[in-house]
Amino acid sequence: MSEVAAIHAEANESPLTPESWGKLGMWVFLVGDAMSFGTLLAGYGAVRYGSIDWPVPAARLGINLTAFMTFLLIVSSVTMVKGLAAIQRNDLAGFKKFIGLTILGGVIFLGCQAYEWTHLISGGLGFTGNPWGASLFGTTFFIITGFHGMHVTGGVIYLLCILLIGMRGAFSSQNYSPVEIAGLYWHFVDLVWIMVFTFVYLL
Amino acid sequence: MAEHHSESVYHWTFLYLFILTILEIGVALWIHGAVKGILLVAMALGKAALVAMFFMHLRFERLTLGVIAFTPLVICVFLVFMLTPDLGAVQHKTVAPAQQTTGAKH
Repeated sequence: MSEVAAIHAEANESPLTPESWGKLGMWVFLVGDAMSFGTLLAGYGAVRYGSIDWPVPAARLGINLTAFMTFLLIVSSVTMVKGLAAIQRNDLAGFKKFIGLTILGGVIFLGCQAYEWTHLISGGLGFTGNPWGASLFGTTFFIITGFHGMHVTGGVIYLLCILLIGMRGAFSSQNYSPVEIAGLYWHFVDLVWIMVFTFVYLL
Repeated sequence: MAEHHSESVYHWTFLYLFILTILEIGVALWIHGAVKGILLVAMALGKAALVAMFFMHLRFERLTLGVIAFTPLVICVFLVFMLTPDLGAVQHKTVAPAQQTTGAKH
């Protein structure tokens, strides 16, 4: 990819010039994506506070499993950052190990979410109703966790591509920007889950 | 730019995240009332800040990136304030499907 040369930006001209256009681009995307999640959560809050028969999330949703899922994503953020650190010092084996572990964390997270959804759906939680109270409880739950799950899925595919490209020797201590950028996306997914876990499950 | 931070920063960050998660669950299960909400939001923001500053490296980036990253928080707070007058304006109670009139009556 001759874009490699382009990724190494010009010398810093001013405090406003980013060192990496790719990094800036990903941050701008994440900021927009954060607003998508932000509006979903704000809307969820508005709907929940207008409702007098909203079920208690901690009583209806499995906090134990979701706590494990939170822990899993946090650990996957650590392995992501260690994978980046590895390729920054030309440790290809370390890069493969840690990016692989990050992907595994994401896949297990999705598996847990699939299990959680199946369990809740068979318990009566639906998109348009549930046995416990406000029908929007289920609607907002599936939309918010589903939207996040889509992001995790996208992240797993993204990281798989990074891993495969990296295994062919494309990255090094001189060219690790794509890995760093992928890491930013993955940490964002973790960050959003922290907010979702707090507002949808705990509050 | 060569960044050779010791990896211990990541381990400490993980430890704080882990502790905050345990505390959050404790608050969620055993604290009630307005305090619960304030504590949970504060802890969630703390965790988000840790992930952003250390895992996403914002702590060591140029300030501009930090300003860009901080913007959604400002807009979301604004959004919540703008929604506040409408909260609870109309009380919604779910009506069981059996009681609803179904279909259009011609």
